[in-house]
Amino acid sequence: MARLSVRRWLDQEQTLAWLLVGPLVLLLLGLVAYPFGVAVMYALSDRTLAEPGRFVGLANVWNLWDNQIYRQTLWNTIVYTIGATILKLGAGLGLALVLNEKLPLKRLIRSAVLLPWIVPTVLSAMAWLWLLTPNFSVLNWMLVHAGLSQRGLPWLTSPALAMFSVILVNTWRGIPFFAITLLAGLQTIPGELYEASAIDGAGAWHRFRYVTLPLLQPILLITLVLSMIWTFSDFQVVYGLTQGGPMNSTHVLATLSYQVGLASGNIGEGAAISLTMLPLLLILIVWQIRHLRRGATA
Amino acid sequence: MTRRAGIERALFVYAPLGFALVFLLGPFYWMVITALKPNSELYNAARSPLYVATPTLEHFVFLFTKTSFLEWTKNTMIVATGATAVALLLGVPAGYALARFRFRGAGLVGTGVVVTYLVPTSLLFIPMVQVMSTIGLVDSYWALVVVYPTFLAPFVTWLMAGYFRTIPGELEECARIDGASRLGALWRIAIPLARPGIVSAGIFAFTLSWNEFIYALTLVTASSERTIPVGVLVQLTRADFYFWGPLMAGALAGSIPVALIYSFFVDQYAAGLTAGAVKG
Repeated sequence: MARLSVRRWLDQEQTLAWLLVGPLVLLLLGLVAYPFGVAVMYALSDRTLAEPGRFVGLANVWNLWDNQIYRQTLWNTIVYTIGATILKLGAGLGLALVLNEKLPLKRLIRSAVLLPWIVPTVLSAMAWLWLLTPNFSVLNWMLVHAGLSQRGLPWLTSPALAMFSVILVNTWRGIPFFAITLLAGLQTIPGELYEASAIDGAGAWHRFRYVTLPLLQPILLITLVLSMIWTFSDFQVVYGLTQGGPMNSTHVLATLSYQVGLASGNIGEGAAISLTMLPLLLILIVWQIRHLRRGATA
Repeated sequence: MTRRAGIERALFVYAPLGFALVFLLGPFYWMVITALKPNSELYNAARSPLYVATPTLEHFVFLFTKTSFLEWTKNTMIVATGATAVALLLGVPAGYALARFRFRGAGLVGTGVVVTYLVPTSLLFIPMVQVMSTIGLVDSYWALVVVYPTFLAPFVTWLMAGYFRTIPGELEECARIDGASRLGALWRIAIPLARPGIVSAGIFAFTLSWNEFIYALTLVTASSERTIPVGVLVQLTRADFYFWGPLMAGALAGSIPVALIYSFFVDQYAAGLTAGAVKG
């Protein structure tokens, strides 16, 4: 009898559903929600690696606002995110359109295109470092030998070019994600639509503007916002290439919070730096969830 | 094809494709030839750097005998396999519950899963060091097996909820009419049908764990416990001095396993990538 009632209890929708999601919920409460609370506590304290510190309210945040390096880092992060996202979108969409054509060896090409996305980012960042490194840059070697430059360019040692370089490498890594998701979006557009518009006399640009783009828009926006979240919070590319240098010109919020919080041991200040990502992240996340919902019900 | 169409195609399809392939694959070519070049060629400014004259395996020998690379490989395998297993064990049942059952709090759980998937790891690594040392896992790669599921499991759940929704529920209902319990229907009917989705979620989780960097850097500091990305970066670069040959050999050797796995499952990978972006 007892066994039978346990079975019946287990078979209730409510009970079983919670048994199935319960372990996940516990993990997320313990190792996401709780650490988040700890981060907020730290951010409101002057804790260091050596001392537990005391509550200082919003002092860390006000100090950051007066801190020249923080302000520059915030600006760098915005430039990095917008620059890399625009480049990834443009190049990724272009590549998706090309891959949507009839091509020989299409499968092989599609696999090859995904490689930068698959490989561990710090490891490929090392290859880029070696391509751009001051003394032996092969890129400079090619520029000099092609007669385009006298001595090559200071890819990682001039502040403006260093920012360009980290954006370039982030773009290189992110293009495959845009290309493959947008290609999947393109493949869902029925061919009849293009035929119909061709009969109506529409040229390639009109077909792209009035058929492709509107139908691609939902997946385009979701890909774009997802990529912005990742780029805004990126750590690996900058850490691997420049570690924030030269003269903090490429520091982004994630690398600065690591340097201040763990490398220099000012945990409170470091936690505050990373939490200042939150307002913008929240806007992107809320926007994304609303769009995913709409996509799910449509 | 008319001549004009041929020229247009060359200009608008093959030229951009060729340019993209050179840009996307160039760094890998550079990685490979550097790993195979003897030092006498690497640092000789008079030679063309674009090819190898006398290829050598000396950098790989150095990597395998003079560094802890093999140990890092073992650690990375354990971490990636363990974290993937945990993520699947938590995420597949949760995804099923979200797709099939109406229960109190379902909306909240669903939102929580998406939010935790979207919250970046660079927001939480500072407190995570503290949390891991409280439970006594700091300085061991097992910390990563525990921590990686925090971003892997929400993704698996999201992916699997979407996958289960594409499987019609009638078969499970038939099994229930025949006397199977809900759990039995999940185990014997739904899971076998969802195998392609599970494989794709697993590959995703595995490659994400293999490539993870910020937690691996901050939670594990003992050299013998490191994973490949951190080990290669930390041990083969000292302040401003880089061992370029072994560094590129390490980058290559650390990338090959994920590239191999992925080449067997490109289609599932692409499907997972697009599902992640489309319906999540």
